[in-house]
Amino acid sequence: MSLYIGGKEIKNRLFVGTGKLPDYSIIERLYNEIQIEVFAVAVRRINPEAGKGVSILDFLPRNATIMVNTSGARNHKEAVKIALIGRELTDSDWVKIEISGELKYLLPDNEETIKASEILVKEGFKVFPYISPDLIVAKKLEDIGVSAVMPLGSPIGSNKGIDCEILLKAIINEISIPVIIDAGIGKPSHAAKAMEIGADAVLINTAIATSKDPFHMAKAFDLAVKAGRIAYEIGLPKEKEYAEASSPLENLIRSME
Amino acid sequence: MIERILKEADLILEEIRKEKIEVDIDEILSKEKISYKELLALLLDDRDENLIKLGEWSKKITERYFGKVITLFTPLYLSNYCLSGCKYCGFSADNKIDRIKLSREEIIEEIKEIKKHNIDSILLLTGCDRINTPFEYILEAVEISKDYFSEVIVEVYPMEIEEYKILVKNGLTGVTQYQETYNEKLYEELHPYGPKKNFWYRLHTQERAIKGGVWEVTLGVLLGLNDPVEDVFKMILHAEYLQRKFSNIEVNISFPRLRTEGISFKERFHITDKKFLRFIFVSRVYLKNVGITISTRESPTLRDMLIGYGITKMSAGSRTTVGGYSREKTSSKQFKVEDSRGIEEIIEVIRKKGYRPEFTNWVRGGIV
Repeated sequence: MSLYIGGKEIKNRLFVGTGKLPDYSIIERLYNEIQIEVFAVAVRRINPEAGKGVSILDFLPRNATIMVNTSGARNHKEAVKIALIGRELTDSDWVKIEISGELKYLLPDNEETIKASEILVKEGFKVFPYISPDLIVAKKLEDIGVSAVMPLGSPIGSNKGIDCEILLKAIINEISIPVIIDAGIGKPSHAAKAMEIGADAVLINTAIATSKDPFHMAKAFDLAVKAGRIAYEIGLPKEKEYAEASSPLENLIRSME
Repeated sequence: MIERILKEADLILEEIRKEKIEVDIDEILSKEKISYKELLALLLDDRDENLIKLGEWSKKITERYFGKVITLFTPLYLSNYCLSGCKYCGFSADNKIDRIKLSREEIIEEIKEIKKHNIDSILLLTGCDRINTPFEYILEAVEISKDYFSEVIVEVYPMEIEEYKILVKNGLTGVTQYQETYNEKLYEELHPYGPKKNFWYRLHTQERAIKGGVWEVTLGVLLGLNDPVEDVFKMILHAEYLQRKFSNIEVNISFPRLRTEGISFKERFHITDKKFLRFIFVSRVYLKNVGITISTRESPTLRDMLIGYGITKMSAGSRTTVGGYSREKTSSKQFKVEDSRGIEEIIEVIRKKGYRPEFTNWVRGGIV
């Protein structure tokens, strides 16, 4: 099933970050051969005056959806300025608000992110805030009118995948806008897990970009995201601590007309 | 306070000189947080097998934080006028050399030459001289540069917070200031007079610059002046202090090896290639997300080898003379350049290594 998000129908729930890629020319293959539709691009990496074959803008397929991000912003004012510049440069109104509170674990500043979201929603952007997984913050953002929330799966560097599962589930269960899990996903099984617990999409950067073979790693993530989504839509059985035989009573009741 | 941390570093240095500690590399690398003592033990260690492990670990951490990307920048020497008498420097006031200062038109000429190669990050350098290159001169150079580069960094004399604020408003994005050595006594001996004489004022430069609004700072030591372990150890702790205190500012470190030009100063400590690699790897393993710059003072072989193994920024096409890019007649050099390859050649090497040469590292036009 497609995802309706930010005013668009998106078929592929795997979003890809571009900042760490060894070579931008891979983007076209991801778009054509794996049908990745959404690419995250840092405004601070865009140089519109760069010569041909240098600026990332040269490498993004015309029909791909560009999610500009505000990485480098330290507060809401800077994030708003970067978003405005990003929209101007890319003509895309999708913006991932990324306000670093801290660079080692790459933890976002939720408070400043809420402020920036308020302003950018009013400015007509489709807003995708990157947050620490906090349900109350997610609810406030939903009220403001953001297009989705992007909680981190686990801090960058931990590579632990969906380590904040209980907090992520709370968000997924309690808000009605899409939830995109961002950061901390190190391998395809993590992405599958994210989809199994009900995330609407995942955004992967490091795990694909720094792989020995980014194209095929993207393929692996694509399959994992699809597998996890199908399983989620069907409904997964609850895990049990021990095997449970059907009771005689259950058998009797089930055999009744 | 950084003063307290450096005092503590002295105590640990003293202690560790008395008893050699064994390095259990696997145990240290598996730790969430490496202690000061372990950090020092890693710097002092000399086993090849540990160095290899550190290198591999360093590669993984660098990829996680920076991806397959090497950022390029070019230094631009604006002037070699200097009022300081640093004993190891080719531009020292004691040196009877021709002094040159670029005019506004010449700065633009040089920039245009640099821009032919897609470079988008510029490092503006002068000597320590507020008379020949006053604040207004630096301000003008920053203003000119911001129309051509997304990143404008200065490596000039230390300034006041209010001055940094004005520069930031006019396009400055970063400040680089090398402490050269963290040994206060030796520092005083090597900087007998001039504006560079004040150890502590210089040491607090990065903090003042951050308070003035820059979003990235670089600190560094000049290897060869002092016991390198002491300097690298203290510089790492200084970087960590800045990372913790200003957790959303990008902190970079650099530790060029002394390569003198036109003076008789001899290095006091020789730093082998292996030691140099160790310092890079240990810095990465301990500081994680710190940026590490390597200059053209190092040989092409070493620079190429290090792509992927810890460094994140490279200077390219560096001329260490004033007017080196466009003038026919230039000044003498500040130091010897080992890697004299052109920018295109360096870009090609980075690509061949499976890395993406990145030119742009900040929002075009700035956000202030």
